[in-house]
Amino acid sequence: MASKVYGRPSSLNEKQFTYCPGCGHGVCNRLLAEVIDELEIVGKTIGVSYVGCGGMLYDFFNIDFAFPLHGRAPATATGIKRVRPDKIVFSYQGDGDLAAIGAAEIIHAATRGENLTALFINNGIYGMTGGQMAPTTLIGQRASTCIDGRDPSYHGRPIRMSEMIAQCDGACYVERVSIDSPKNISVAKKAIKKAFQNQIDGKGFSLVEIISPCPIGWNLSPNDAYKRITEEVLGFYKLNVFKDTTSK
Amino acid sequence: MKGEFILGKKTFMKGNEAIAESAIRSGCKAYYGYPITPQNELTAYMAKKMKNLGRVFIQTESEIAAINAVYGSTVAGFRAMTSSAGTAMGLKQEGISHLAYMEVPAVIVDMMRGGPGLGNILATQGDYNMATKGGGTGDYHVIVLAPNSVQEASDLTRLAFELADKYRNPAMILADGTIGQMMENVEFMEPIEPEDLPAPDYALTGCEGRAPRKAEPKNSAQELEDHNIALQLKYDICALNEQRAEEIMTEDAEVIIVAFGSVSRMVHEIIADAREEGYKFGLFRPITLWPFPEKAFRKNIVHAKAVVVLEHNAGMMTRDVRMYVSERCPVYYHGRMGGNIIDMEVVSKKIKSIIDSKGKDWGDLDGKQGLWKTF
Repeated sequence: MASKVYGRPSSLNEKQFTYCPGCGHGVCNRLLAEVIDELEIVGKTIGVSYVGCGGMLYDFFNIDFAFPLHGRAPATATGIKRVRPDKIVFSYQGDGDLAAIGAAEIIHAATRGENLTALFINNGIYGMTGGQMAPTTLIGQRASTCIDGRDPSYHGRPIRMSEMIAQCDGACYVERVSIDSPKNISVAKKAIKKAFQNQIDGKGFSLVEIISPCPIGWNLSPNDAYKRITEEVLGFYKLNVFKDTTSK
Repeated sequence: MKGEFILGKKTFMKGNEAIAESAIRSGCKAYYGYPITPQNELTAYMAKKMKNLGRVFIQTESEIAAINAVYGSTVAGFRAMTSSAGTAMGLKQEGISHLAYMEVPAVIVDMMRGGPGLGNILATQGDYNMATKGGGTGDYHVIVLAPNSVQEASDLTRLAFELADKYRNPAMILADGTIGQMMENVEFMEPIEPEDLPAPDYALTGCEGRAPRKAEPKNSAQELEDHNIALQLKYDICALNEQRAEEIMTEDAEVIIVAFGSVSRMVHEIIADAREEGYKFGLFRPITLWPFPEKAFRKNIVHAKAVVVLEHNAGMMTRDVRMYVSERCPVYYHGRMGGNIIDMEVVSKKIKSIIDSKGKDWGDLDGKQGLWKTF
């Protein structure tokens, strides 16, 4: 008898994703939904969205969601988790949100060791506002606010958030993953699941950085955007478990 | 604790501490704050008490984080508070505007200090406009309560939590360093445990057994306009029902003095002295700065020959008073800034000479210090 091996996760509703063709947010949303399903935490999870393309995810999930201000998701998630410690609270942020305007909030949530799960989607560009340079835009990469490519002597250098967060004593688990290949997508899902399991086990602050493509913002076809991650982005943003104190 | 004397049921304590104790007794589950003078005793009191009560206290990395954490705790269904002053209140405005947008309650305490910019740490009333006109982006109001004693600071803190919940909107205690720092007797209300308050129907608690709840933005033109119209309707109802003021000898007053917060206390003595000499002064004190108690105010000024507004700012409330007075009578303003204090004897002399000369221009009279204007 045939059995169903693939379907819509129950934590996702019937709405269609509104992301651009080839955008990585759809994959990241899907992985998140699968993890929430598999851990059977749909009814006790509260999400905190963000300001940016992926911030629309609140609309696609069958879970409680708060829409916060730009960069402040870790502060709002802290406010929720501290008064409802029995619930599972996660934040989902882009690179402009987390690494620029919200750098203070993510570092201090990690340093305080808030028992939270933080997902960080790094595509190296401001997508929603039209392709401006992000703190994570690579050297030489073009953006509407570094039109001839990022020049380190003029625009400064890209920031490495996972390496930085791993230095925070309150963080228990920091890993950078990518969704550029089926193998890496599988690794990414395991990392997301671990970050949620850590919270369920009360182990503290977990951050998973996901390197994700933005074909529109990069001015590449979806295929070329995925290829660029493999060939270029991962050369700077190395995939690694930067910290894992959870087995101790 | 140090500095706390029990006198019968009353406690002798600072305004900042009384607000903190009242918040705790009002079922405040979480407090988030960042150090700034002159409200530090409030944060310190919360730090001391909240942890032992099994509630939440976080000294956040910034004022911005504090107000956004308040949002988290209130959207999760609990009462929460932050307090601040000066430029840091500016930092909170984005968050306060967002709370109004999301229709989530919060209590914010502003212990006003000198401005603009970093200003100084001394008591002023320079945040009147920021507090009563919205303060952040878009069309919204904050419910603003202005205590003039430690007892009232405590009572209005309870009211702020109640009004914030009732209207699902931020409510603010707007006081100054004088109210925050001075010590008086205060009697507190019966305590409420946070868990005894019913979880509101918007609270994010996890969607087990019910449809998911979203504190979500209004993205389309029609959605946002509809939302704004609903907000304005709510503010109209709030403005109609929540006006509060104190009237002292206003029934027969020739001159109505308008002052709020710490300045209003100093008016009491010149009223008594002037009345002994046959000059009929009266005091109208708005307790709610938004909504401005316009119903009571309009009634009070019917027989007045002049209105005098005294403020520790450059005439922020005077503009509102001028609007409500309309062209009925002259409006005189005197203010001090930077932490200087109005000399009530000089003010009293000036008001008497206005009455004697039947409306001689306020600006022609003596008064070298501060700002004197006729509106």
